[in-house]
Amino acid sequence: MMKLKDTVHFDWYKKLFLVVILLLCFIVSSSATDADITEFFSNSKQISNFLGKFLKPDFSYIPQIIDPLIMTLKMSVFGTALGVVFAVPIAFLGTEVVTNNKVLTACIRFVLNIIRTIPNLLLAALAVAVIGIGEFTGVVTIAIFTFGIVAQLVYEAIETIDFSPIESCVAVGANRIQIAFWAILPQVISQIAGYIFYALEINVRASTVLGYVGAGGIGVMLNSSLALLQYGRVSVIILMILITVTIVDFISESIRRRLV
Amino acid sequence: MIKEKSNIKTILAVVVALAIVIYSAIGIDYSGLSTFSTAMAKDVFVGLLKPDWSFVYDGSGEDLLSLLLLTIEIAFLGTCIGVILAFPVSLLSARKLWNSLPIVSKIGKIFCDILRAVPELVYAIIFVKVVGPGPFAGALAIGVHQIGMLGKLFAEEMENTDDKVAESMNSVGAGFWQTLFYARFPQVMPLYSSLALNYFEIAVRSAVTLGLVGAGGIGAPLVFAIQARNWSTVSIILLGVIITVFLIDIMAGIIRKRLR
Repeated sequence: MMKLKDTVHFDWYKKLFLVVILLLCFIVSSSATDADITEFFSNSKQISNFLGKFLKPDFSYIPQIIDPLIMTLKMSVFGTALGVVFAVPIAFLGTEVVTNNKVLTACIRFVLNIIRTIPNLLLAALAVAVIGIGEFTGVVTIAIFTFGIVAQLVYEAIETIDFSPIESCVAVGANRIQIAFWAILPQVISQIAGYIFYALEINVRASTVLGYVGAGGIGVMLNSSLALLQYGRVSVIILMILITVTIVDFISESIRRRLV
Repeated sequence: MIKEKSNIKTILAVVVALAIVIYSAIGIDYSGLSTFSTAMAKDVFVGLLKPDWSFVYDGSGEDLLSLLLLTIEIAFLGTCIGVILAFPVSLLSARKLWNSLPIVSKIGKIFCDILRAVPELVYAIIFVKVVGPGPFAGALAIGVHQIGMLGKLFAEEMENTDDKVAESMNSVGAGFWQTLFYARFPQVMPLYSSLALNYFEIAVRSAVTLGLVGAGGIGAPLVFAIQARNWSTVSIILLGVIITVFLIDIMAGIIRKRLR
């Protein structure tokens, strides 16, 4: 419930101070980025040119982009699977519940944090430089990216489980691997399945732009259409990506709801 | 906890999932891998382990620290543009504010969906054409993309506000704008600022990648260094990006705690 104190009449000087600071940051960053809104309007012809072409989707292009789209889906599925295969064991090592070892847990979490901070397009650019241009590079990028998110989600899930099965296993003399398999895994397996689909949703979205740096899939077509100024094709590609993402989201959501 | 017997359905689901993964794995083109050599990979790792510290600061304005600062400024300006413009859009798309004219909120929501559907990278490419390559193009790309994101989220928060306060104000004769300013805004303000903060974190990551297409910031030198296989420069830039993103996430976490 809202209190009288929540209205603007109280603590207004604190809020004013905050607004002044934000305004200062705004001024500093707009001068640093050479922001010039007049430039935007003086070149508005470019925008109307773009919008004019963009709003006339070139539907005859659809047959040509079906294959790359399916390839993007394949890349996401395979990349997600690879990432999950590595993520689950590492996640088990990333929590003290399983390892009882603070140092190991801290190291693994540190590495996972680093992986998650790298934006995935950068990861793709790096992978392209190391592995070379191609679809497999996209798969590797998606796998690393998935690894980062799923491992974190899984170790967080492990920390919320019921500890009594672990204690009973310890009581009958099970070792750590046996505990992980028979006391912890059965409790988190359905959550892991849910996370896989969650990661897949994110990956399908992300994989659509990976082609921009040469990592295969629909992004390659997006890149070439943009370079050739064929905005009618760009809008068709975006539309098809949107439809694909929506379908994948729908399927994965309905599966996830059944899992819970 | 009872160990469930695995039934036919689960086995079938696992088999189907595995089949899809294998089908995707087979369908991917591995020809790009032929250019891969272990000597090259070794080269990369040796280079990455030797960061080029001289790039950190040399006073030219093209060094790591000033470019990282510029990247943060792009993200900040982009988030400001996004938040300021998302505000009116969210007022249009919040169903609660348009009880007599639900069509307006529908249009507002579709507008947000369209803005969100276009990848940030595509906006960046277009704005580079409109305002020329530079940080302002990046800020505009982030801003426009965030209008779609934040507009939707802001509208959802607005729809979740408590009606009682607004109703009691109405009953003593307050008008639409008065209830908006004194009952609804104070309720959503902490949530809005938390969301804006969240999207600032995301914007920092985007600002790093948008440099790929010439939209300013640290992305451009990073890509040049990757293409030139100058791994010690890549290493120091990646280090800088990781530390920056890390620090921003921590700071945002502290501010978010104080907002609650």
